[in-house]
Amino acid sequence: MNVAHLVACHDCDLLQRRRPLPEGGKALCGRCGAVLYRSHPRGNERALALALAGLFLFILANYFPIATLILGGERVEATLYGAVRHLYRTEMRLLAGMVFVTMILMPSIQLAAMCWLLMPLRRGHVPQARTLAYRALEVARTWGMVEVFVLGVLVTLVKLAHVADAIPGVALGSFGALMLVITAAGLSFDEEELWSRA
Amino acid sequence: MEPGVSAAPLTAAAAGLLSCHTCALLSPGGARCPRCGSPLHRRKPDSLNRSWAFLIASVVLYLPANLLPVMYTSSLYGAQRDTILSGIVYLWQDGSWEIATIVFIASVLVPLLKMLAIALLLVSVQARWTGQPESRTRLYRAVEFVGRWSILDIYVVALLATLVQLGSFGHIAAGPGAIFFGAVVVLTMLASMAFDPRLIWDAAERSNG
Repeated sequence: MNVAHLVACHDCDLLQRRRPLPEGGKALCGRCGAVLYRSHPRGNERALALALAGLFLFILANYFPIATLILGGERVEATLYGAVRHLYRTEMRLLAGMVFVTMILMPSIQLAAMCWLLMPLRRGHVPQARTLAYRALEVARTWGMVEVFVLGVLVTLVKLAHVADAIPGVALGSFGALMLVITAAGLSFDEEELWSRA
Repeated sequence: MEPGVSAAPLTAAAAGLLSCHTCALLSPGGARCPRCGSPLHRRKPDSLNRSWAFLIASVVLYLPANLLPVMYTSSLYGAQRDTILSGIVYLWQDGSWEIATIVFIASVLVPLLKMLAIALLLVSVQARWTGQPESRTRLYRAVEFVGRWSILDIYVVALLATLVQLGSFGHIAAGPGAIFFGAVVVLTMLASMAFDPRLIWDAAERSNG
């Protein structure tokens, strides 16, 4: 039985036939509405460009401060790594670990895995350790929380605004842009091309 | 655009096919996917047990997460310890009711609703309930999507603790409640990840055919 033209819905297991999609379209499960697959015209080119842009933004976001607080002549600047280190040093190690994993480790893995998979594909080769890299990408996508962090920074700034001078830093904009870039890269990523190369 | 549905709705499992979780290839059997090498499972292994275990753990930790303080503040106005709820009340009384609402939704409402939703899904599958599988699947997807947002308060506490180191003017430290709260977020995410939504449809299918 040739099943290459079939796909099973990952939410309800219904078997359905694959059909060609219009550009930018997506196929929904006929029974439960889950997204089965998307059309990705030249998606991996776009995804790679976005992933590389994301790496650049990520470096900026970690180098520059997220926010600066000024009160009574005192001035404190916080970078992401600075926050992790502060939490670690002040005995809040589990908290430091959570911030580190969700905001530094996972986005790095997500961007690196995307580049690892997409660069060889661009040249027409199958990437090394393809399955491992893809699964790392999936884990990183689940546990990376850049969007929530951006909202967290905004809430913090508002909370501090009426007692002190709370100034957003360059990193906030970088994280905001990173969040959009990562999402766009994920949407452009063409898994079919990745898996169909022998 | 919807792909063609076969004459009688047929699931992969009923057809004797295994769908690879990683690369979506359908295989007639076997322990590993022939294309990508990932382990093949008909359904997520031990889905109900694992999901219940994570859910119960998260409910147990939800109590200290809310009872213990998440933040210690000392400033010119004195020292203060805040739980999630008292922090929200403080924000509300202070006039920032938009922020209070955001934090309330993300840190109180979302975790509670998630836990209830996952419990509902689990009970409905174990009771072999056949009603409204589409709504339950949508509920599952909503839970998966929204789960991560509860971590918002953790980030706020972490940032405040880092920024507010202003000598005598103010000093903020995270409290033990924050760790428990982080654990609750992680555990509820694990609970929904362990749950296999296809189980909802398995019960509905068995009753039809």
